[in-house]
Amino acid sequence: MAALGSPLRTLRGLLRELRYVSGRAYRDTAAYRHVLAAFRAHRVTSEKLCRAQQELHFQAATYLCLLRSVRQHQALHREYHGRGERSPEEVAGLVGFRLPRQPGGKG
Amino acid sequence: MWRQALGRLPALAVRGRPLGPGGGRAYAPPAERKRFYQNVSISQGEGGFEINLDHRKLKTPQAKLFTVPSEALAIAVATEWDSQKDTIKFYTMHLTTLCNTALDNPTQRNKVQLIRAAVKFLETDTLCYRVEEPAALAELQKKEWDPIVAWAEKRYNVTIGSSTSIMGPNIPASTRDTFISHLASYNMWALQGIEYVITQLKSLILSMGLIDRHITVEKAVLLSRLEEEYQIQRWGNVEWAHDYDLCELRARAAAGTLFVHLCSESSTVKHKLLQD
Repeated sequence: MAALGSPLRTLRGLLRELRYVSGRAYRDTAAYRHVLAAFRAHRVTSEKLCRAQQELHFQAATYLCLLRSVRQHQALHREYHGRGERSPEEVAGLVGFRLPRQPGGKG
Repeated sequence: MWRQALGRLPALAVRGRPLGPGGGRAYAPPAERKRFYQNVSISQGEGGFEINLDHRKLKTPQAKLFTVPSEALAIAVATEWDSQKDTIKFYTMHLTTLCNTALDNPTQRNKVQLIRAAVKFLETDTLCYRVEEPAALAELQKKEWDPIVAWAEKRYNVTIGSSTSIMGPNIPASTRDTFISHLASYNMWALQGIEYVITQLKSLILSMGLIDRHITVEKAVLLSRLEEEYQIQRWGNVEWAHDYDLCELRARAAAGTLFVHLCSESSTVKHKLLQD
């Protein structure tokens, strides 16, 4: 079986990711309600190795991985890849030049 | 860039590019679609669950109504749409993309063709291609990949093996048939998801490990990128390339796995009687 860790940790991580997604109103979202309901429904069981519980925990861990990696990917994209090319003025400025200004023509 | 057809909606407006001096144009990334809805909600229709953006129903790129069979999947897709801030970034909405693919089937493949494409990957499975040098990498591959291959061989009662030659391992026809008949037990939607995960991870064995819940997504991605991780350990990590690719692969693999599980499950709640 996959090494998943404790369900509580997964749940807390999931709720934190949902908070990052939705902001203040995260407790009103359908996703929050669904996640909590699913975890509550599978909590009470007398079996040590409940298959449904394992399935749910794996799904929750997968969803947590999805939310977390999408957020990290977006942050990396914003930081490194989001800016497009520099304009000619900026490029000239990098080496300390300024583009020439000519009346009625180029520049 | 595909667009969502939502009744009568204006065409995508492209922002004018700024002009530099001398008529030279600076390249700006193309304008993205702004978020045009306030609320995202779910409703149940005849075919399944639908997504509503404000009062409009979401549609696929081929203008079909967006319906999913599972409520949990609908909620996850709605969360994806809800998480878009000022602009809509389609490349982050992996579950939506998967659902669109399943609904539209743009490559027009039937179940048999999908299964064949998936099983064909076994011949070029990452886990079966081993290096001979550097010795540390060969050792690492043996240590990390052999247990997974052994698990797959035991679980499906097949022979896979591994090879260091450029031709790859010799997969017997019985192995292929076993996987074909195993995959035939999944429905069309789940198969689209499975084929997606296989293409992303470049490995059938790892994908089956994920589907059978034998390994986590993080571990599967690590095993798929084993050689890269080895080189990173050796030469250093480049955040804007390595971490970027890692996060993207994790997101795609997680989305695919979640999609498969949500499309192939049927949950029933059995209430146990409390005994005092």
